[in-house]
Order: sequence, then C-alpha cells, then structure tokens
Amino acid sequence: MAVAFVPTLQIPRARSVGIKRRGSEGRRRRVGCVFESVLVANRGEIARRVIRTVRRMGLRAIAVYSEADADLPFVREADEAVLLGPASPAQSYLDVEKVLDAARKCGAAAVHPGYGFLSENADFARAVIDAGMVWIGPAPEAIVQMGDKINARNLMENAGIPVAAGTREPVTTLEDALRAAEEVGYPLMVKTAGGGGGIGMGVAYDDESLTKAFEQASRAAARFGGGAAILLERYIERARHVEVQILGLADGTVVALGERDCSVQRRHQKVVEESPSPGITPELRERMLAAAVRVGEAVGYRGAGTVECLVDADKQDFVFLEMNTRLQVEHPVTELVTGSDLVEHQLRIAAGEVYPVEVAPRGHAIEFRIYAEDPKRFFPGPGKISVWEEPSGEGIRVDSGYVAANTVTPFYDPLIAKLCVHGATRAEALERGRAAVAAFRVEGPKNNVPFCAELLDHPEFASGDYDTGLVSRMRS
Amino acid sequence: MAEVRAEMVANVWKIVVSEGDTVAEGETLVILESMKMEIPVIAEDAGVVAQLKVAEGDVIQEGDLIAVIE
Repeated sequence: MAVAFVPTLQIPRARSVGIKRRGSEGRRRRVGCVFESVLVANRGEIARRVIRTVRRMGLRAIAVYSEADADLPFVREADEAVLLGPASPAQSYLDVEKVLDAARKCGAAAVHPGYGFLSENADFARAVIDAGMVWIGPAPEAIVQMGDKINARNLMENAGIPVAAGTREPVTTLEDALRAAEEVGYPLMVKTAGGGGGIGMGVAYDDESLTKAFEQASRAAARFGGGAAILLERYIERARHVEVQILGLADGTVVALGERDCSVQRRHQKVVEESPSPGITPELRERMLAAAVRVGEAVGYRGAGTVECLVDADKQDFVFLEMNTRLQVEHPVTELVTGSDLVEHQLRIAAGEVYPVEVAPRGHAIEFRIYAEDPKRFFPGPGKISVWEEPSGEGIRVDSGYVAANTVTPFYDPLIAKLCVHGATRAEALERGRAAVAAFRVEGPKNNVPFCAELLDHPEFASGDYDTGLVSRMRS
Repeated sequence: MAEVRAEMVANVWKIVVSEGDTVAEGETLVILESMKMEIPVIAEDAGVVAQLKVAEGDVIQEGDLIAVIE
C-alpha cells in the first residue's frame, strides 16, 4: 500500500448520555479549593493525569468516555464516569452538549478540558461558565484572541514582541498567496489561522511548492470548519522550537516557569521535549521568558499557558509563533524541573486562590512521547496491547493512558504514554533515558520505543546541537 | 494485476475512484483515516480499477483487501 500523510482534525455534532456511578471509597481531605468536583473533558493519559491531581487534592473526579474507551484506566480511576456515546470524537469528546449534560447530571462544579478536543474552544468555555460551573482555563476572550494565529501574531507585534516576517491579513486565494510570497520572500511556512498540532502546515520554497502547500492548508482549513484563512510566515531553516510555560495568577500577575525545547519533531508534531533548552544562551533565555510574560499580560492571561517561539540557533534570536491557551502535552518536563504540579496550579488559580509562586529550576528533564506508530515511517499502528511494562526508578516518571489488555483504537491521536526522565545534568537525564527506554516493553500496537532508543544514540541529539530538521535527516 | 491491501487498522474516510475507472500511477484510490491522520492510498501502477472492496465508513484491518488494479 502506497500512502502519503496529511494530518486531520475531526468535526463536532450529536448527543446521548448514560451515567456509571462508582462507590467513593472514603472522602479525601480538601485543600484550599472553593469547588468540590471536577469533570475532566478528555481521555487517555491526560485525563488520567488530571484525575490524579484532582483526587490528591481531595476533590471528586468525574470522567467522561466514549464506547471505545470504556476499559481504559482513566475511566476506572475517576470517582464517577459518564458514557458520552460512540467512538467517533464528533459524537463523544467533541460534543459540547453531551459533555455539558454529563457535567450537569453529575453536579460537576468545574470542568478541566485537558489538551486537544474542546480545550481551545471558546464557545465551550463560555457554555461551561454560563452553566454556572468553573472553567479551568483562561477567559474565553483570551482563547479567541490567541486562537486565530493571524490575530495573535498582529497583537504580539503591536505589543513589541518579535514575530517572523509574514502576512498581517488573512490570505484566502492562491493569487494573494503568490503576491504575499513575493513581498515576504521564500522559504515560507504556510499554515491555517485556526489550526494546531501541525494540521495543514507546509513549507514552500518556490511558487510551485507554495501552490501545493496552499491547497493542502486550504483543504485542512475547510475540513475543520475554521474558515479559509491562511497565514504565510518566513521559514527559518535551522530553527529550534522553544516554548515558555507561563502561569497567569489570580491576582493578575504573570510568571514564567522556564522553557521547553521541542525541536525533535516529525510531520511538524513534537516527539521529544527537554528543559532547559540546550540550544539557547542564558541571555536569550532571559529575553524569551520576559517576552512570554509580556505576551500573557497583553491578553490578561489566567491559568497555565504556553508561548511558542522559533529560535534561530545561529543568531541566538527568536520570534513569537503562537500561544496555546491550555495545559500542554509536554508539561511534565516543566513539573520535573520546577518540582511543581501544573494541574494543581490550574485548579487553585481557577478557584481564585491568591498565593505566591517561586520558581527555582533544578536539573534537566526530557520527555519521550510514546506513539502507537511504526518507528521507521511513523505510520499509525493501533492494536490490542499484549505486553505493557513501564520502567520505574529514580528520576523516571511515566504518564500513560493504557495498561496490558487494553486496545489502542484508530479513533484518537497515537499518543499512548509519556516517558519522562529527570537528572541533575543533561548527561544524567540522557543516561536515565537510555535505561528507561530499554526497560519500556510494549507489544501489540506498533510503537516508537525503538525510535526513542535510536534518537538517544544519535550524535546530534546527544550533543544537544540539533534543530527541527533532525528527525527528517535521520530518515532521509 | 495488483492487489492494494491495508497496512494498518483504519476507517475508510473517502472513496475517490469507482470500479471501471482508469487510474494513473500515483493517483489516490481511497482516503483512510487513522489516529487523526488522513492517509491517501495511492495506485502503485497505472491500470483499471477492477474491484473496490471497501465502502466509506468501513473499519478495515491490517492486510484487508482495498482494491484490485488490472
């Protein structure tokens, strides 16, 4: 079978709700929060991870799930679990009405959206608030402002944050795109104004490849209903992708919790993240963290958010890329380095608690995303899990969504676990990473554990001097 | 005659060609969807679509026959 890849997103609709209630085995003690329960509007590893903190804080955790996910650990580990509907995301996790119904039926006091699905859907955030529940995230207005990449880019430029040369107005026709290309100059990154996760993104080196990239982006934009707006930006060839974790506190101050280097990517999607970034000087780090705080202040940001930047490693310069108004997949990297729990911060801030946040980073952390995909070409490889053995030990953390005998279905994204390691130095983290990867046994679905081992032995990655082209070079 | 088989578990998202159509090398036959990825299945050789064994919305398993090109 010959194939070519185009990442997609799914589109929402429909309803039907059933409730499964579990005996709560003894109430836990509540700490500091004004709400008593949290519905987690997500699945897999992130639902499980949020539920863990919710329960540790003594709050009632409510899961929602699709028929395909009924046997997964996050459903079992919640205090209550509500069946949303069929496997298709449009009929389950993306269905605003069903999720709201579930929240009302369970008397949920707050909703945590995780990442993906409805996490950056401002209408959903508004509906949660209108239903009298606490939305664990920024104000819907901040989601709207940052959700449109063209608007976000212009807003940041006006606030004095460096942005890549590019289009300030939505590009809707190929003619406009070709004209803009003449002004901005090749190479160009073509992306959809409303997209995320690499969806619809492509690089253009000349008019011909721009035509192709523009068509691909338009198709992606049309498919997930974000309108036809396209954005062109100057593409930096030897770039690192470095992002800053910020927290907007309840009193309005914004703090930066350090950066994460996410330059190991395939198909514009992250595979490995580390902190601190081995590719930036302390001087550049300071500038980036200060800019990220200004970004947060410019939109009155509250809660956990991530300011993504592209870094020109040779020039030690950066430009603003976009802001993600939610918890990030790779947040454990920051948690390991700062010794904090970002979900706890989200809950306390959403509850309006005012408290000081001290940042004292320690050591080096690396996260390996374990995907259900073949390790050579990165083709999706769902399947039933026959063996699942997670590594454990000093400096090792595994956030997983599955256990042995679960089935990884083709309905959702391929992330099945996150293997995170922490050490006093990058060298120690790499060493722990090698041991942990070697000890992680997954059989059944195809998986990229062998790729992680290969990466750890790659001289470029080992040296720390790599860029976003690393994975393509490994496979060319 | 060339058999086109699925390389992974996937949903059939879109059927692009019909039985009897003449296709060129590299032309998309059907588009699968698996794990948020759109996966166009492409004809490896030019020919006529003799059989099309899947329908939109089908869930297909690794190794399932998708089409026969003659």
